Amino acid sequence: MNEKTFEYLLRLADDRLILGHRLSELCAHAPILEEDIALANIGLDCIGQAKFLYEVAAELEGKNRTPDDIVYFREAIAYKNLLLVEQPNGDFAQTIVRQFLYDSFGILLFDKLQNSSFVPLAGIAQKAVKEIRYHYRHSSQWLLRLGDGTEESHQRTQEALNNLWKFTDEIFLSDETENLLTEEGIAVRSSSLKEEWLKIVTELITKATLSIPESGVKVYKGGREGKHSEHLGHLLAEMQIVARSYPEIQW
Amino acid sequence: MSESKNDQLDLWEVFIQESDNSPHQHAGSIRAADAETAIQNARDVFARRGKTKNMWVVKSEHIIATKPEDIPSFFDQASDKVYRHPQFYKHTLDDELWKKP
Repeated sequence: MNEKTFEYLLRLADDRLILGHRLSELCAHAPILEEDIALANIGLDCIGQAKFLYEVAAELEGKNRTPDDIVYFREAIAYKNLLLVEQPNGDFAQTIVRQFLYDSFGILLFDKLQNSSFVPLAGIAQKAVKEIRYHYRHSSQWLLRLGDGTEESHQRTQEALNNLWKFTDEIFLSDETENLLTEEGIAVRSSSLKEEWLKIVTELITKATLSIPESGVKVYKGGREGKHSEHLGHLLAEMQIVARSYPEIQW
Repeated sequence: MSESKNDQLDLWEVFIQESDNSPHQHAGSIRAADAETAIQNARDVFARRGKTKNMWVVKSEHIIATKPEDIPSFFDQASDKVYRHPQFYKHTLDDELWKKP
């Protein structure tokens, strides 16, 4: 069971870390100063949550690994994050849509994880859910403004939605690990959150005068098994190079 | 875009109250297109670190300020007879009478 819990914690942590790292790439590149600070803040929240999750995971694993070991010395195939969070920042609309699609799920997930029977995870969720509620407020308010903004912002946001929507199926695929841990009261079956999530995002997307793209035939998945899009390798290369070049370096 | 066009978002002033009963104090200013993003930006810039109980944002254009030429007639009062200053009693009360041992 510990092995499965470790795997589950890794998935949660990798989602937060990769999304946080993507946001960190925008530091000093956001459209306006205030938004630059906002995105960096949200990125820091994500990375902070990831750190707590890695710490708990590492302790459970009992191999004397630190969060840094797990983050900097793991290949893409060992990363278990969703494909959605590793997608590039693109334009501001794409960054916001990616964030919105994750945050609307994150609120539901971490709200339920507060009741996890695995106490350290419940504790992390209690802190995280407050932060994610703010992230959701930020991304959903931007979605409304971009969608219902100018002709150009509307068009770009719709394009971002068309581009990213196909990665949302994967969020709600529950496998054996998740099902088993849910029965133990440790995890939350993500498939059980889909209906509520769809209701929330449909309402917001409609309010933003955007439309939900039609579902394609192909299901984009594989992140949970380490099968990633080409983007993750590039992200990891940049994130890991300093730690790998100077393994003993102190920050 | 014409040269005279102001492409900056509206300017807002941010006031932060650190605890119950303490005054809202000016923290700085931010730019935002509307009230909701203004209060979010204010939070991200000024209230993420440190203690905050409550926050106000107000459009800078709604603040009526004195002009430099107002200084002599507005502010150049006699400096003797400190008790004539409205702050005199406040300071006295704050500093001495109301101070708990």
